[in-house]
Amino acid sequence: MHPAPSVILFTALSGLGFGLLFWIGMGVLVPTGWVAFVFFTIAYLLAVGGLLASTFHLGHPERALKAFTQWRTSWLSREAWASVAALLVMALYGAGLVFLGNRWAVLGYLGGALSLFTVFTTSMIYAQMRTVPRWHSPTTPALFLSFSLSGGALLAGEVSIAIWLLALAGAAQFAHWVIGDKALAGSGTTLSTATGLGDRGAVRSFEPPHTGTNYLLREFVHVVGRKHSTTLRAIALVSGFILPVGLLLAGFSHLLAAVAVLLHLAGVFASRWLFFAEAEHVVGLYYGKR
Amino acid sequence: MTNLPTSTDRKLGLVIDLDTCVGCHACVISCKGWNTENYGAPLADTDAFGADPSGTYLNRVHSYEIQPNDGPAQLVHFPKSCLHCEDAPCVTVCPTGASYKRSEDGIVLVNEQDCIGCGLCAWACPYGAREMDPTAGVMKKCTLCVDRIYNENLPEEDREPACVRTCPAGARHFGDFADPESNVSKLTAERGGMDLMPEQGTRPVNKYLPPRARDVEMQPPALKPVAEDARGFVGWLDKALSKVGGA
Repeated sequence: MHPAPSVILFTALSGLGFGLLFWIGMGVLVPTGWVAFVFFTIAYLLAVGGLLASTFHLGHPERALKAFTQWRTSWLSREAWASVAALLVMALYGAGLVFLGNRWAVLGYLGGALSLFTVFTTSMIYAQMRTVPRWHSPTTPALFLSFSLSGGALLAGEVSIAIWLLALAGAAQFAHWVIGDKALAGSGTTLSTATGLGDRGAVRSFEPPHTGTNYLLREFVHVVGRKHSTTLRAIALVSGFILPVGLLLAGFSHLLAAVAVLLHLAGVFASRWLFFAEAEHVVGLYYGKR
Repeated sequence: MTNLPTSTDRKLGLVIDLDTCVGCHACVISCKGWNTENYGAPLADTDAFGADPSGTYLNRVHSYEIQPNDGPAQLVHFPKSCLHCEDAPCVTVCPTGASYKRSEDGIVLVNEQDCIGCGLCAWACPYGAREMDPTAGVMKKCTLCVDRIYNENLPEEDREPACVRTCPAGARHFGDFADPESNVSKLTAERGGMDLMPEQGTRPVNKYLPPRARDVEMQPPALKPVAEDARGFVGWLDKALSKVGGA
């Protein structure tokens, strides 16, 4: 799959933002006044900034409101509802904390749950794709949810929670790679089933439909970056999870925490880039590629 | 609504005969022509006369080589367009309701006024039947020439999809799969019409007729050898080398 920068930015940043909102909503940290204002500003910049970035890859962003209509079947539509609901409820909860110093717990629990549900809807947009066997797995929601929870805890400064969750997210990432590497072969879809000609002999793509490239190849058959995948996997694991855990274990200071956040973010970007670049869409089989 | 209809009154679709297709790409051209001049946004080309031409097509013809365990390899031309699936995954993922499957005839269409160009339906299609138009920013796909098949302004013989109408080999057939007596239902039954990627669970309406088995006897006989034994200098060399090398 083509790793579109707008989608990588969106899923990585909004995941972090909604993760932070989850921990604030659950009352794990209860900031008030100016401190609350700073926390909510960071969370909203990440979450809303990510959502805005996601509209950049639309052909017609001016019609984006229509995406609220099909929540019965479409995970993208559910994501639109969940994100707006989470942001509205958490804005009310935040107003109580910032201006009145009051914690309206029920609103917080609701907003926190909606924030996490938003991340889940994002992950299901990918996990539902049977056409991309690497994504069509429970490891995809596990990956998105654990990244969001651990990154959110890191931003919230909840050191003891963050250490455990970062380790968990690293494990989820590892599982996603190990299971994902066997997914295309395990899906049963091959050039034989794609053409229906497999029982006659070995099928080989002899000639593509056109001499030039096309939308399908640009969007679904991304092979350029895959040769660096081992290096990028190492960077994602070390920078995203192992180093931040080490820094947090070394003892808390704001400077170390800031470095841990930046390292984590770099790791998440590398991981998310691989999430798309390594994903094989079955349509590539028709072109003798994967 | 992006809920799929539980059943459709008719199941309009195509039968594509892989035995007869000669790979001329006439269906590709007529499809591009009709769908650029009629329903919806035209099918754009970018850099059409430059170094890196690319274009939107609703129908593309691949060619595959089959190498059996015994016998010569066979070339199969393979036209591919929307299969108008009964369980169309492209429809249910659409967030705006722009993608829909018609309950009256089963045609899968895009309402271009509602399409936000998110591309998710193309991701969900295993066949590569949907392409985002680079100029209009909306998703394009085969309409089964919905603006021809019901068009009473056209002569009756033209009321079928442009690809079927133009095919010089008679490799494409259009009809109603819900009617067991239709031409397409009979062809599918007689020739063992098959689904593409059945394991994807899309239940495609369009069927592909596999190529008929080739007659092995039709292979031209090998020519008779013109020289069985070598004479003269070459003959001496052959014997001498055989003694040395033992072959």
